[in-house]
Amino acid sequence: MRPGKCVVRSRPPVGGPRPQALEVLFDPAVLRAGPQMIDAEGLTKTFGDLTAVDRVSLRVREGEVFGLLGPNGAGKTTTVRMLTSLISKSSGSATVAGCEVGNARDELRLRRQIGILPENVGLYEAASAYQNLEYFGRLQGLDAATLRGNIERLLRMMELWEKRDLPVGSYSKGMKQKVAIARALVHDPVLLFLDEPTANLDPEAAKTVRDFILELKRERRTIFLNTHHLDEAERICDRVGILRTRLLRVGSPEQLRAELWGNRTLVRFASVSEPLQAALRDRLAPRHLEWQGRTLLVEVRDAERENPEIAEAVLAAGGKLTELSALAPSLEDVYLKLIHEKEPGA
Amino acid sequence: MRLSQVWIVASHDLGLLRRRRSITAGLVGFPIAVAVGFPLLVDYLLHRSGAAIPSSLLGGLIDSFSFFFVIGAATIPVGIASYSIVGEKVEKSLEPLLATPTTDGEILLGKTLAALLPTILAVWAGATLFMILMDRVTSKTLGYLYFPNWEMAVILLALAPLVALFAVEASILISSRVSDVRSAQQLSALVFFPFVLLYVLGEIGVVPLDTTNLLYISGALALVVLGLFALSRETFQRDNILTRWQ
Ligand SMILES: Nc1ncnc2c1ncn2[C@@H]1O[C@H](COP(=O)(O)OP(=O)(O)O)[C@@H](O)[C@H]1O
Ligand SMILES: [Mg+2]
Repeated sequence: MRPGKCVVRSRPPVGGPRPQALEVLFDPAVLRAGPQMIDAEGLTKTFGDLTAVDRVSLRVREGEVFGLLGPNGAGKTTTVRMLTSLISKSSGSATVAGCEVGNARDELRLRRQIGILPENVGLYEAASAYQNLEYFGRLQGLDAATLRGNIERLLRMMELWEKRDLPVGSYSKGMKQKVAIARALVHDPVLLFLDEPTANLDPEAAKTVRDFILELKRERRTIFLNTHHLDEAERICDRVGILRTRLLRVGSPEQLRAELWGNRTLVRFASVSEPLQAALRDRLAPRHLEWQGRTLLVEVRDAERENPEIAEAVLAAGGKLTELSALAPSLEDVYLKLIHEKEPGA
Repeated sequence: MRLSQVWIVASHDLGLLRRRRSITAGLVGFPIAVAVGFPLLVDYLLHRSGAAIPSSLLGGLIDSFSFFFVIGAATIPVGIASYSIVGEKVEKSLEPLLATPTTDGEILLGKTLAALLPTILAVWAGATLFMILMDRVTSKTLGYLYFPNWEMAVILLALAPLVALFAVEASILISSRVSDVRSAQQLSALVFFPFVLLYVLGEIGVVPLDTTNLLYISGALALVVLGLFALSRETFQRDNILTRWQ
């Protein structure tokens, strides 16, 4: 560890030996105990009359993958730029990797500990992948040997080592994105910010990038991920925050689902008749029912307790069921509900 | 301000510039054209045209040719500085650059040096060749070596570097306000206008470009450059770059 780091704890280097007991990493107790990597309180940014980010408070622990979800213009990029001290905050406070955001004396130390993949890759297209990484590694103050080692490890990991001397301008979008992620990692930062890493990529390139992020997650690297892909957030993130100028909600994908959207039970019938529907309406009251052809969706609070009751009611009403299963809402349902329900400032 | 960091930025920019043929062409072509072209012209006038040029006139002629190195110092860095700022804007590479532990001042100084150093080297190299060739061509007619002299010393050591710095700062300011390399270069090309004007004023005798006047002009220019430097520091602040630059 270089001197003068304001970081809390170190992790194994990029591509280094992977921790063996994966269960330990995902143990909620371990996550809860981890030191805070990001601690923001009331973070606000205004551009003239426009409030782009309004009193956002959030905490990200070491080793956690945190996703900031929100539609275009929600303030995701602005939030990341404030946290990385690229732009000033209008008010609020934040500590990132133990450094105080907005404190001029902490600024350079902060930038040594974080890596950022900006919204636009911003590579030097006339230069090679190797030269791009080399430049940033030198700016990060790495000595020549460490730098060479890191670049090789990263480019090999990204399967770009063979192409390292070609100008980046000749790369595909997915390859460029990987080089940009490698650039963010070249100095082995403790905290990585990824601003929409798979936006504008074709599905295959998006998958390679996503797999790579999962690889980083297995290394217990702390990642702050901006995305508007719910699916991506759900697959990668330990916790997500839903942002629309204000942070509407924070929690694990499962928590958000349960909290915001009671569960539903799906019942499929061999056949459906008017009397059956009427009988079920009586027996299952006051639950909300929704028929879709031969399929019935029943809103439930507690599927464990209520599903046996539903099965009994169906049999008692003379229904022949072919399937009965608990349906969890997708994060997408939760997200759309939140985004549409709460107007900013409401 | 860490000079090592400044140098990393400058050498990276110099590396990228080497690949731009339009820039290297100007960097090499202009000084050579002046250094070889004018002595050839004088050689022709003195020895081949049959025209009789009095040696009193010859000095004025050589001085006015020397001033072309000032014009060069105003034009050469414009392309480089515009490219090194607007190029980053176009490639959107300023954001990752600003995310490294490098201060705004270090980046700005690195970019300034990347435009300034090759310009000054080109002007000095060209002027050296120019002086050698001019001496060869004129020494018989004049009966002495015209160069080196104080005027050229002031031009090379004070005026040209200041003019180059002025052009770099002006280009940086202009580059921060436009979004493509071409318009940056076209606008920044206006930088050389005051020096052409100065040249004309010198030629018609309003402001004789003698050593004393050249020193005065250099002094005044130094003040202007300081002002521009403060302005470009102001412009080149990460908050402005990411939120206000187009
Ligand atoms: N430099 C700026 N000047 C004015 N408004 C801005 C600027 N940057 C962002 N905004 C506005 O702030 C809001 C949030 O933008 P942004 O953080 O880019 O959102 P996201 O990344 O979630 O798409 C948007 O309404 C955007 O137009
Ligand atoms: Mg964005």
